[in-house]
Amino acid sequence: MSIDANTVKKIAFLSHLKIEDDKVAATQEEFNKILQWVDQLKEVDTDNVEPLVSVNNEHLRLRQDEVTEGNQAEAVLANAPVKEYGYFVVPKVVE
Amino acid sequence: MSGMIIQGKTGDWEVICGLEIHCQILSKSKIFSGASTHYGSEVNENVSFIDAGMPGMLPTLNEECVRQAVKTGLGLNAKINNYSAFARKNYFYADLPQGYQITQFQYPIVGEGFVKIELENGETKDIGIERLHIEQDAGKSIHDISPTKSFIDLNRAGVGLMEIVTKPDFRSPEEAGAFLRKLRSIVRYLGTCDGNMDEGSMRCDINVSVRKVGEDGFRTRNEMKNVNSVKFVMQAIESEARRHVEVYESGGQIEQETRQFNPTTCTTKAMRKKEYAHDYRYFPEPDLPPLVLSDEYINNIKNDMVELPDAKKERFVKELGLTPYDASVICENKEVAEFFEKAASGHDAKKVANWLMGDFFAMLNEKKITLAESPISAENLGALVELVSKNVINGKTAKDVFAIMAATGDAPEKIVEEKGLKQVTDVGAIEKVVDEILANNQANVEAYKAGKTNLIGWFVGQVMKASQGKANPEVVNKLLKQKLG
Amino acid sequence: MTELTELTIAQASAGLKKKEFTAVELTEAYIANMDKHRNLNAYVCETPDKAIAQAKISQEKINSGQGGDLEGIPLGIKDLFCTKGIATTACSNILKGFVPPYESTVTANLLQAGANFLGKLNLDEFAMGGSNETSAFGPVINPWSKDVPLVAGGSSGGSAAAVAAKMCAAATGTDTGGSIRQPAAFCGVTGIKPTYGRCSRYGIIAFASSLDQAGPIAKDVTDCAIMLKAMAGFDNKDSTSSQQPVPDFCKVLGADVRGMRIGIPKEYRVDGLNPEIASYWDKAAAMLKDKGAEIVEISLPHTKYALAVYYIIAPAEASSNLARYDGLRYGNRVDGEHLDDMYTNSRTAGFGKEVKRRIMIGTYVLSAGYYDAYYLKAQKVRRLIRDDFIKAFEKCDIILTPTAPSAAFAIGDESMQKDPITMWLNDIFTVSISLAGLPAMSLPIGLNHDGLPLGMQIIGKSFDEENVFKAGYCLEQQAGFKRK
Repeated sequence: MSIDANTVKKIAFLSHLKIEDDKVAATQEEFNKILQWVDQLKEVDTDNVEPLVSVNNEHLRLRQDEVTEGNQAEAVLANAPVKEYGYFVVPKVVE
Repeated sequence: MSGMIIQGKTGDWEVICGLEIHCQILSKSKIFSGASTHYGSEVNENVSFIDAGMPGMLPTLNEECVRQAVKTGLGLNAKINNYSAFARKNYFYADLPQGYQITQFQYPIVGEGFVKIELENGETKDIGIERLHIEQDAGKSIHDISPTKSFIDLNRAGVGLMEIVTKPDFRSPEEAGAFLRKLRSIVRYLGTCDGNMDEGSMRCDINVSVRKVGEDGFRTRNEMKNVNSVKFVMQAIESEARRHVEVYESGGQIEQETRQFNPTTCTTKAMRKKEYAHDYRYFPEPDLPPLVLSDEYINNIKNDMVELPDAKKERFVKELGLTPYDASVICENKEVAEFFEKAASGHDAKKVANWLMGDFFAMLNEKKITLAESPISAENLGALVELVSKNVINGKTAKDVFAIMAATGDAPEKIVEEKGLKQVTDVGAIEKVVDEILANNQANVEAYKAGKTNLIGWFVGQVMKASQGKANPEVVNKLLKQKLG
Repeated sequence: MTELTELTIAQASAGLKKKEFTAVELTEAYIANMDKHRNLNAYVCETPDKAIAQAKISQEKINSGQGGDLEGIPLGIKDLFCTKGIATTACSNILKGFVPPYESTVTANLLQAGANFLGKLNLDEFAMGGSNETSAFGPVINPWSKDVPLVAGGSSGGSAAAVAAKMCAAATGTDTGGSIRQPAAFCGVTGIKPTYGRCSRYGIIAFASSLDQAGPIAKDVTDCAIMLKAMAGFDNKDSTSSQQPVPDFCKVLGADVRGMRIGIPKEYRVDGLNPEIASYWDKAAAMLKDKGAEIVEISLPHTKYALAVYYIIAPAEASSNLARYDGLRYGNRVDGEHLDDMYTNSRTAGFGKEVKRRIMIGTYVLSAGYYDAYYLKAQKVRRLIRDDFIKAFEKCDIILTPTAPSAAFAIGDESMQKDPITMWLNDIFTVSISLAGLPAMSLPIGLNHDGLPLGMQIIGKSFDEENVFKAGYCLEQQAGFKRK
């Protein structure tokens, strides 16, 4: 499979990364090389093979419903670049 | 047939609608962290480092959220899946700290089920449930503090949600309304969600399309997100369906999109389109192994289930002789049903139901109070009905006694006793009064005898008045008719 | 008296107990080495004062006959582990200034065992890289470098270099596709990636959650055993943490390897395998055989696909794991008019080239229409790779392979930089083990013609680190590798 310039832009958009217009072609080429390389997986017969999600064989453990954390707004906000009145602050969200 | 038909220029159209309902799970702590779910705390007070999406933080699943989802699934007559798994839904938003929502995608905890709804015309209909899955709620963005900034509070981030998806089985706004009320009643009975749509603990997304009557398959649908009352949901369905018909009939096409319902204008409008469509890139959550529930676990929950509205209703009809409609009204709310059962215990259940749904609810409405705040206890309501049944007071006096009970909270027996309201059933005593009235109103007696028989009511009134309402109306009637010939 | 920094943890602990020196003296000796070798760029944050203060507490414990397995031992911590009150960056500009208000479980376990932390160690940005060159703090210089500065390997380049240069007694590392083993091999030290689930991932900045696993890099096999025992253990804060009990790995050191079956996978003898490495591989097998082990040829037929699988799965998980770095709650923010601009500006400025590349690949392979062809396909082949190992382990107890296809290369090496895949090929011998979640150790076997160390990899069955340690210790004794 190979991807076009528009797909590169879409991927950048979904990733929230900026790609300058003059870099799109180079990125596209690099991506296509990588995709070509991973296309070797097509050789492998995976009919009737279940995908392996995790090597972990243990089932999910459940936690007791107890309040064990919280009341630490200061610590939660300590690293925030901008905060006001106890809120995290961001530029206006456009709906 | 409870379906809604829109009569267009080109023919009749039917409405197709499905709902997705997000119910906040009632639990002490959040679904993937130990922070409190308490509503109304100080800003960012109930936030763990996990909820804040801090680097290296990992989710752990709250057992109570699993139990609540299973309970709800059982309440929806649905299949509980022994195997379910979590997935990440990836998108950027200010109140989604991890940049993804942990939800269930391919393998939900609850599969197909159904909910029986009752319609006003007495018909019932089964609404299919597609699935129920559990996931985390987002935080809250506050946009109206500043014109250039948004403020983020993460207290709600990570609260457990059940997303219930119905099949596209609704054919009218009424059906959707009935379903939402029924669902709310089920989750409240089960104690799995408080069902408060105005506080956002139950939120509804609506999918609407229309098709010509007789047409197969579905046309393009539109989604409206986060509609927050039963009334608005019904209005949104109707207005969107009518818009579709108009668009089709004017030669246009419906584009699949998300729209917003504006309750003030009762119209929907398309949301701003992004440069590229959403692509949530779901994939299995690598931080959480699959959730495996044993049959034993599920059965234990099943054995612990409370009686649900449908079962209660059936019992009220079968054992207490209520009409199906009365039973379903009473059973919609668990507290009302319990109050009724207490009041009806040992008394005429049908009469108790009449009082409850009539004067009693009117009294609550008038006083703007809840059932829990009622001055009249269930026992006293039952006792009042009993006094009428046993002919201690008549129906009219009972209304007066009820009014006093509503004002004072006193027991009806006490009121009747203190005010001397016991009805007179002694025929001799009543006859005396009747004779007096007849003697004093000879003109009317003549008129009656001449054929003006509707004067009987006037005579009854006079006798009742003279007896201060205590005379047994049946006896009065009988005597008057006898004496007037 | 020998230089204190020459001592292994086992030796230093004995010395501390015998009061031959104090914990503060030991810590100061390492701090002196940190000063001396600052040019190696191994540390990105130094915390000598905290280390000394901690050493003083340890000394009191030692004086009163108390203390844990690592009492008074000065360690370096890969800057991927969140350390409470100490800046933690994953060597990315996007986490500039981030100070975690919490401690990772692994570092908490080490503190509990009595260790003190000298500082945070350099790594490839978000552990994405095999040469430590993607670090926002610049590359680590391999202590074995002669004329040309060589890479220390990656991503735990700072950890391996710091141990080799004796700037800490041992270090923590993390391994997603070879990030402990390959730098350990490049720097002539020993490292082990335990079975997935052995060490809690709580508080370790995530790269690829289904692969990430913490482990130690240390001076020798014994120190790795001591370190791993302290680091590992069930943690209810990590849902993928295993409840398997942690054995005392030290107990198997020196045990007889007679009858142990050593698997040699034929698929690892790739075309063009460096002849020196091939020769050391044969020698290593012969050494174990000399001690009574049995050599068996095994087959891992899907080995050649492991890299492609890895470079789909790891970026996919990374693209999601790194979505949280948006400039909102922590780290570096570059403002914009609207929220989306702020996100994009912060991320574009904050992430380096390799990280961006992997985020975008990961985003692509998960996106609608490509998921089945890439991500799902990779997961299926991942199962085949794991099944290969399960089958192979019916015939053997451990598997012996080289750790990396080459010795350390020069920083900025043009042939490595020409395209990303060339650099990724470095992981060729390590990724399949990560995909299968198995334990694997790298230990130095000898020097190549340039005098640079080469590593051998010993792979074990799931949760069978004991056989890895047993074989590793035997090989270490036989090889007699001389540390830097």
